[in-house]
Amino acid sequence: MLITAVFWIFATILVVSAALVVSARNPVHSVLFLILCFFNAAGLFLLAGAEFLALILVVVYVGAVAVLFLFVVMMLDVNFTQLREGVQRYAPVGATIGVVLLAELLMTFGGVRVAPSLATLHVAPIAAQTSNTEALGLVLYTHYVLAFQLSGLVLLVAMIGAIVLTLRDKPRARRQSIARQTTREVGDTLLMVDVRPGQTMAELGIFRPLTTLPQAPALDLIGPTPPVSADDATGRGDAA
Amino acid sequence: MFWQDVTTLSLTVLEALAILVPVLLCVAYATYAERRVLAAMQSRKGPNVVGAFGLMQPFADAAKMLLKETIIPAGANRALFLAGPMLTFILAMVAWAVIPVNNHWAVADINVGILYLFAISSLGVYGIIIAGWASNSKYAFLGALRSAAQMVSYEVSMGFVIVCVLLCVGSLNLNDIVLAQKTIWFCVPLFPMFVIFFISTLAETGRAPFDLPEGESEIVAGFFVEYSSMSFGLFFLGEYANMFLMSSLTTILFLGGWLSPLPFAPFTWVPGPIWFLLKVFLCIFMFFWVRATFPRYRYDQLMRLGWKVFLPISLFWLVLTASFLFAFHLLPHKLA
Repeated sequence: MLITAVFWIFATILVVSAALVVSARNPVHSVLFLILCFFNAAGLFLLAGAEFLALILVVVYVGAVAVLFLFVVMMLDVNFTQLREGVQRYAPVGATIGVVLLAELLMTFGGVRVAPSLATLHVAPIAAQTSNTEALGLVLYTHYVLAFQLSGLVLLVAMIGAIVLTLRDKPRARRQSIARQTTREVGDTLLMVDVRPGQTMAELGIFRPLTTLPQAPALDLIGPTPPVSADDATGRGDAA
Repeated sequence: MFWQDVTTLSLTVLEALAILVPVLLCVAYATYAERRVLAAMQSRKGPNVVGAFGLMQPFADAAKMLLKETIIPAGANRALFLAGPMLTFILAMVAWAVIPVNNHWAVADINVGILYLFAISSLGVYGIIIAGWASNSKYAFLGALRSAAQMVSYEVSMGFVIVCVLLCVGSLNLNDIVLAQKTIWFCVPLFPMFVIFFISTLAETGRAPFDLPEGESEIVAGFFVEYSSMSFGLFFLGEYANMFLMSSLTTILFLGGWLSPLPFAPFTWVPGPIWFLLKVFLCIFMFFWVRATFPRYRYDQLMRLGWKVFLPISLFWLVLTASFLFAFHLLPHKLA
């Protein structure tokens, strides 16, 4: 009884929030309703005894994908009223997809079997007492390992594509080399100079920007600066 | 049938209270302990006025937060502005359902306990994003964005560390994870993973030196800059409860949960929950210690550490662990 009540609660919230995803005016609210949707779907998975799928749905879709959605919707300055005008144009396509899905749903309920022979194609029936984490692991990583690896490869290609499309190597960009920073020592950066009264910085040769070193890399502010040639100026040696 | 449901429900509520009341008490005193520990490390006195040794300070703070006015900014999205802190607090509380403090002492001893915790901790970011966006303030928004990017980044390496432990256990049940450490705690063979996990928990809970989401020198107080009174209090409680949660997770994954450090007489007399608490307190002390010791990271350094250092190391160690277990036939389950 409790289970049935919980099922109806999850199902009702799921359907209502799904409707609100498409009808909410504020796009941020839409994404939040979508998250609520995922969450209730996870609840339904739990009730069906698929606890692994339920939690993976939450970790992957709610915890990562929807965060990115929310990011984009909050950050991008998209004119949503303009986007909304497209609804009329795309309505027929959406309606067709909806009808197809509804037909499939009705067929499932009506007990229509498209290919009855497929049911016998199971590689091995999964023993009743295996937990569903183990069962999924067996199917994915043992029986269908090649298909799994191939889909991973497709994702890898997509990822490399995304990086190639967005990576712009700016030659003038300031970069920080942590290794150079940590191996830098006092002697590389600090120069002890004895300054006589009345002597100017320009005479010492440590005037900034370093006029004595015209080839000094102006952009490399963080790396070790080459030791200033202070031979002609009054350096440490002179004072001794 | 009906009465059976009622009894199950009321029992579950009692069990939940049995863990949440101690958690909230610990949280209250963690705020006090943190201030005292930081004060001692910085040669100050810390709160010592309210009650003996200042022990009533948490209650004075709580009373202050409850009695102050809740201010909602004019341009804020009212419903979401209030939902943010509530979500943070609720998520910090529901995660405790699966934490075992002794053998099979958990409200819900579920098969996929570790995944549940991982899912809840990945949801924690929503409370922060919602609060930052609904405040309608640029500092809050910047704080929320920083926090979201930070938590998503560090979750990746945390996931690999957890998988590493799971390879050695062969089960996603938290109880089984602790029992698998009877011979040796996982912090010994998986020491690098233990270090990475601890640092990632610092980033995940937004604690120093990774407290950029609330970096007061740049963005005032980050995502909760517009919050006052109890709505701020809920964020505060949520943050500390999350610290305890992450410490419990570290304890369960690496420090042998409720198991005694040495499996013979004087140590085994101490009951399991006491060991569990002691280990959690040790982790919490480490949080305070780190806060008193290290300066805050710069944002790009934080991202570099997460993606370019922790991710490759944890991935490499994962492959290493898997190969080692496979080569020496130590995998907890036979390959089908």
